[in-house]
Amino acid sequence: MAFTTICNIDDIIPGTGVCALVAGEQVALFRPTADQQVLAISNTDPFFKANVLSRGLICQHQGELWVASPLKKQRFNLSTGVCMENPEFNIKAYQARVVDGVVEVAA
Amino acid sequence: MSKLKLVVIGNGMVGHRYIEDLVEKTELAQFELTVFCEEPRVAYDRVHLSSYFSHHTADELSLVKEGFYDKHGVTMLVGERAINVNRDKRIVYSSTGREVQYDKLIMVTGSYPFVPPIKGRESKDCFVYRTIEDLKAIEACAKHSNVGVVVGGGLLGLEAAGALKALGVETHVVEFAPKLMAEQLDLAGGNQLRQKIESMGVHVHTSKNTLEIAPQGITSRNVMRFADGTELETDFIVFSAGIRPQDKLAREMNLTTGARGGIAINDCCQTSDPDIYAIGECASWNDMFYGLVAPGYKMATVAVDHLIHGQQLPAESQFAGADMSAKLKLLGVKVGSIGDANGRTPNCKSYVYQNEELEVYKRLIVSADNKKLLGAVMVGDTSDYGDLLQLMLNEIDLPEHPDTLILPAHAGAEKPTLGADALPESAVICSCFDVTKGKIATAVADGHHTVAEVKAATGAGTGCGGCIPLVTSVLNAELAKAGVEVKNDVCEHFAYSRQELFHLIRIEEIKTFDELLAKHGSGYGCEVCKPLVGSILASCWGEHILKPELVKLHDTNDNFLGNIQKDGTYSVIPRMAGGEVTPQALAALAKVAAEYSLYTKITGAQRIGLFGAQKDDLPAIWKKLIAAGYETGQAYAKALRMAKTCVGSTWCRYGVQDSVGLGVMIENRYKGIRTPHKMKFGVSGCTRECAEAQGKDLGIIATDAGWNMYVCGNGGMKPRHADLLASDLDKATLIKYIDRFMMFYIRTAAPLQRTSVWLENLEGGVDYLREVIVDDKLGINDQLEADVAKLVAEYRCEWTDTIDNPQQLKRFAHFINSDERDANVVFVPERAQHRPATFSEKNPQVKGDILHVAAE
Repeated sequence: MAFTTICNIDDIIPGTGVCALVAGEQVALFRPTADQQVLAISNTDPFFKANVLSRGLICQHQGELWVASPLKKQRFNLSTGVCMENPEFNIKAYQARVVDGVVEVAA
Repeated sequence: MSKLKLVVIGNGMVGHRYIEDLVEKTELAQFELTVFCEEPRVAYDRVHLSSYFSHHTADELSLVKEGFYDKHGVTMLVGERAINVNRDKRIVYSSTGREVQYDKLIMVTGSYPFVPPIKGRESKDCFVYRTIEDLKAIEACAKHSNVGVVVGGGLLGLEAAGALKALGVETHVVEFAPKLMAEQLDLAGGNQLRQKIESMGVHVHTSKNTLEIAPQGITSRNVMRFADGTELETDFIVFSAGIRPQDKLAREMNLTTGARGGIAINDCCQTSDPDIYAIGECASWNDMFYGLVAPGYKMATVAVDHLIHGQQLPAESQFAGADMSAKLKLLGVKVGSIGDANGRTPNCKSYVYQNEELEVYKRLIVSADNKKLLGAVMVGDTSDYGDLLQLMLNEIDLPEHPDTLILPAHAGAEKPTLGADALPESAVICSCFDVTKGKIATAVADGHHTVAEVKAATGAGTGCGGCIPLVTSVLNAELAKAGVEVKNDVCEHFAYSRQELFHLIRIEEIKTFDELLAKHGSGYGCEVCKPLVGSILASCWGEHILKPELVKLHDTNDNFLGNIQKDGTYSVIPRMAGGEVTPQALAALAKVAAEYSLYTKITGAQRIGLFGAQKDDLPAIWKKLIAAGYETGQAYAKALRMAKTCVGSTWCRYGVQDSVGLGVMIENRYKGIRTPHKMKFGVSGCTRECAEAQGKDLGIIATDAGWNMYVCGNGGMKPRHADLLASDLDKATLIKYIDRFMMFYIRTAAPLQRTSVWLENLEGGVDYLREVIVDDKLGINDQLEADVAKLVAEYRCEWTDTIDNPQQLKRFAHFINSDERDANVVFVPERAQHRPATFSEKNPQVKGDILHVAAE
């Protein structure tokens, strides 16, 4: 699996997400804290089929990190893409890493 | 089987309640129900009749929900009087010549005002005080009068006096007995009330036996002559000296009547003809008739139960008399009367507390053995009413020193509190709707865990509202019993309510989410606490919401300063304060909308919304709008949205004040201030209320004398009529009150709680809110005003700040690593504009994919 270089880690404000175009797919990238850590899932809200998840709020439930969709607040697990409200709406999760301050995603 | 034919004669408060109760307990389709309503309008709230003058319209007093009778197939004959009944043939004959067959007849003919046999009482300057038509006539007469007299110093008389005072005439009360409210108060209580009322400028004359009213006044049109030789000049007279049961029709029907009048009924509310019921003020039970609404409601319930169950009702469901205790506010004076207020029980004892400085009088009447409460009188302070009433009704043993029940806190002795646990299940908590403690307990067990839910489920507290504190304590006791912890924690990360967090942030001067989390929270935070804390930080410190360390706290709407739409595009809504916009500004707006092909629509808030803006276009769009003189409308924020206005006195021929001017001013004053939920204002230039201000969080209605301030209304999903907080305010006072109202709401509401729900949950309701805002009960008004002043001074247009900051603009790109746009945003034409394409319009070939599942 090949990693694609996306951006500098400092391009992402801690606690927020951005959207990246990776091999034709929209990927939502989240930087939960000021640390050198990013998590990646699909940017598409499967309920509305709209590309918005990178604009959601990062939240912690059951000891794990999720993003709440900005449209109707359904939560998606940032590590697995599982939808908390309805597993029929699980989405894809991607591998992401930070190497020397540079964010990379495998798609 | 043919339907049972029911005929109801009378559509007053009790008549309407009967039908409501029937609808609640049965399938109304099994009846053929006909109602005669003599007045030109269906049932209205006669108890609050005098509020008709404080800018209520007749419609507002209505008790009947729009379409209620139609929906339930009730034949409602408005303005039609039942003039005769043939009991053998079971036919009702009406004033229009109609004949209606009945199987069961319910008589709810109410009462008529008692007019003492005084010479001259037929004068065109004499009125009674019973219906909206009466009030209209009084209002018209008051316009060309300077002095008005109310004959009757009882409850109804003082109500009427309040109305005359509101109409601005010099008001006199003439009472036959030596004291006011002879039925409900003892002499000392009556005197205290008199002092208070007189200090308000109402003239009271007791022990006056009126002999004659003659059109021979010198300074006024008429003169009243009394038995003691004195005289009183007045322009008009209102008789409000009590009521008599309206039993004329019943007498013609040869039904048995009571010794003091009224249609005689048994414990099941049947008259001497078992197929005919009588309920409400027209009925006489054990030779007593009741002029209060609560016993009437109880009779309605009994009559419905008897109709449904047919056979003899169980004893507990029968009518067994009614308690005549009452808590009132007359001319602004709080008055409470419980049980044997005059201490007529042999060997009873009294405890009296009197404070002439604060004009408070309280008296307890207890049994000879000091064990039970028999009655009580309260003037000026009725805060003990609820507890005392329960003590009397449920015959609960009194504490060792009963006087501690009425002594103020500074007297030293701790006031014994009446725990909800002390009450029996059968204790009536809400006497307006006859809701017992047992019913509330059942509702709590069924999962209704807030005051608002209990109110909705049981009806308790939705009448006069006096029982809300007790309902709350029963609710909390039941929750505690069931092991439900009463928790107001905002979420798993903070074990605090929003109000508590607000105080922590304020007092410890916390400026960031991380600091608050480290000091008072745990974990990472979530979609509930993050925007909540962001909002509090904004309300407390007025910090720009787009500061980098705050960005992570906000919903996308606040971060991108637009309302996100279903396809991920945003709306663009500039401010048009008060709904005003110049032609030049409109042209500029049109040009921007055309250039970026934005769908254009007038919103529900008297401004124009542009839809379908892509995120990366937002800064350019706003740059152009700001250049044209616009600023952000905060349509994306939990903040004041707008002030809806009618055109007001500057143009309208009915307007009495400049509603647009005021609307523009208050919209500009409070714009941008972050609130627990969005807020809407409305300002109407006259009582016609074209701005629908009473459906807004803050509604202002112009009067001849200033502005009336209404609070906590709501449209939307659960409409709520706003409550009148204060009347006839000048502009400076109005602004002060709005400052206080806004900041008190900001400080105390739960997350995402609109003002309507906030007020429903506020213990003490609008009366308490008035005490805080008008009387400064909490002593915090200076603080509240200072907070608002700071936020007003610090206001900045968020979009102006954003487009001036290149750092901010980076966030608006759709991709962080590409200049491409979101290919999924596609529009199709509709009605000369366009709309977002549906999924199948965008992907005609896709079938069966998980992404194809319909989301809504």
